[in-house]
Amino acid sequence: MSATTTDPWTRRSANPKLDRVMVSPEGVPLNVTVATAGARAGALTLDIIIILGLILGVTLLGLLILWGFESAFGEGLILEESGPLSVVAVLWIIAVFLFRNAYFLYFELGDRAATWGKRAVGIRVAARDGGRLTAEAVIARNIIRDIELFLPLMFITSGEAEGTMTDFTAWAGFLWVLMFLLFPVFNKDRLRCGDLIAGTWVIQNVKRNLGGVVAPSAEAIADPATGTTTTRYEFSDEDLSVYGEYELQTLESVLRTGTDEALETVTSSICNKIGWEPGSGDKRIFLESYYTALRAKLEGGMRFGKRRKDKYSADI
Amino acid sequence: MANMVTDPTAEQAIENAALKSDRFRLEREADWVRLEDIVTKMEKGKARRLSDDDVLALPTLYRTLLSSLSIARESSLDAGLIDYLEGLALRSYFMVYGTQTSFGQWLKGFFGGGWSQSIREIKVDIWIALFVMIAGTLIGYVLVAGDSDWYYALVPGNFADTRVPGASEAALRETLFSTKEHDGLGVFAAYLFSNNAQVAILAFALGFAFAVPSILLLIHNMALLGAMVWVFAQRDLTVEFIGWLSIHGTTELFAILLAGAAGIHVGRSIAFPGAKSHLKAASDAGKRAALVMAGVVIMLICAGLLEGFARQLINDTGLRYLVGGTMLTFWLVYFFVFGRSRVETGT
Repeated sequence: MSATTTDPWTRRSANPKLDRVMVSPEGVPLNVTVATAGARAGALTLDIIIILGLILGVTLLGLLILWGFESAFGEGLILEESGPLSVVAVLWIIAVFLFRNAYFLYFELGDRAATWGKRAVGIRVAARDGGRLTAEAVIARNIIRDIELFLPLMFITSGEAEGTMTDFTAWAGFLWVLMFLLFPVFNKDRLRCGDLIAGTWVIQNVKRNLGGVVAPSAEAIADPATGTTTTRYEFSDEDLSVYGEYELQTLESVLRTGTDEALETVTSSICNKIGWEPGSGDKRIFLESYYTALRAKLEGGMRFGKRRKDKYSADI
Repeated sequence: MANMVTDPTAEQAIENAALKSDRFRLEREADWVRLEDIVTKMEKGKARRLSDDDVLALPTLYRTLLSSLSIARESSLDAGLIDYLEGLALRSYFMVYGTQTSFGQWLKGFFGGGWSQSIREIKVDIWIALFVMIAGTLIGYVLVAGDSDWYYALVPGNFADTRVPGASEAALRETLFSTKEHDGLGVFAAYLFSNNAQVAILAFALGFAFAVPSILLLIHNMALLGAMVWVFAQRDLTVEFIGWLSIHGTTELFAILLAGAAGIHVGRSIAFPGAKSHLKAASDAGKRAALVMAGVVIMLICAGLLEGFARQLINDTGLRYLVGGTMLTFWLVYFFVFGRSRVETGT
């Protein structure tokens, strides 16, 4: 991977500790950000609520069908063992099994590799080695989920329901869940045991819009006669040598999103720095011209393999 | 690189751009926007609505984008642009390298050799699991033979209705050849499947802890069986009991054997990764074992149906052996003979 892509100032995630580089099969390093533990917990909570909701819905549906049969044909038919009751019971058992085991499988095998809960918080599953996310990997990571979560939960709830729950088993179950739930917090890639077995990780989705060209109005005024271009502001090399890439990109974000006030502040600080008198002209046009000139200079340096990180670095 | 710009105002914009990097961007923007459009549609699950042109263009557009990204990283200081390209590159990478096979195709590969192959790959672990299961059965038998109180320790209450040490031959025979429970077989089958599948998943998943819990689970379950065999053997019903058991047992025990073997495989790979890193060994083994497990669930559906219907409906010991033996032969042939000569294309 090339050095520049991993340099800190080219990445802009909120938590640099979770930034990773994944090399695509074409050999291009791609920046990915591992999903935070909080996002994963939120997604899981949502998914569990959805699964419980689905189970509840199927149960109610089954009761409704039975009630319908009862009012249509009378009670006797329902209680016959191979009557509607057993059909509904078979369907119910299969549906609950599928909700518990196939919900995650189905969604994570799809194009977005994310359950509804994961989609809601903007994360997805991916193969850790940068290859294809295979069906085997998705099956593996979700089979392990069973001992991590569902097994102890079932154990605790059924024990509670049957009254066979002792303090010891309750605590053991609780510790068990806690151990697996906290597992991701104690490794740097936030891997669950299932991720470990399946060779997957959960990363943040990225969706960014393409903004416009940063400084459209700074475009050169072309002279139709000679074809040469001039801008409204002329900056000397010294004027441009006070800043580096960091300042340039700060200026870019001000130009993209800044208010008039911010523009004004930035203008005066730049003018101070380069010893100009802040005039009463259009701040935006001034800043765009300065931005364009500075970027032209720094990009010119880049073409010769020279980069200037920020204003403290040596001038190129 | 395709130059998609034909619009005169766009050409004008390129002309006017003061910076080389902005010109670079404006020249390629149309391609990027088209790629983003395709990717967004695919992410929303509307891939079928894409035109053939778009589907064919996806890989090309993706590689073009990667090259644009590499160029931009080295020559442009437009942070917003690089951010956008980074994000789009990752999104389209997932689409290009996503799960390309449909579920149907995956199933075809799975039944057409992928399943058998994955089972052959864990053969060593299957031998280990088989040894453990036989040992477990013997332990159960010997323990109960030595002291029949062990029976109550091994067998959970809900099985031990009439099948207890000292039960009469008639009572035991009744449990093997009862014809009373024909109704509600479907529910019974579904319940058995769901229950057994969960046990098998547990046997696999526990293998994660260096295979020890998987082995203990196999021993415990088989000790239960051994204890039961002893009870029936006391009344000379061994042949009938094994017939009763074999009709679904050959499938179910085979499935549990495979699940245990898959768990042992994962645990063994974590404990002894060989030349690979621990993480790599774990994930390789996990994927192989997951394929086995998908098959185990299918076998358990068969076992549930056999147990729920066939066992209750067939009351002849000879016929029971025939069905059980046929199922066992079928599985053995399918796993260890089928697809051997086939060129392995991977799954």
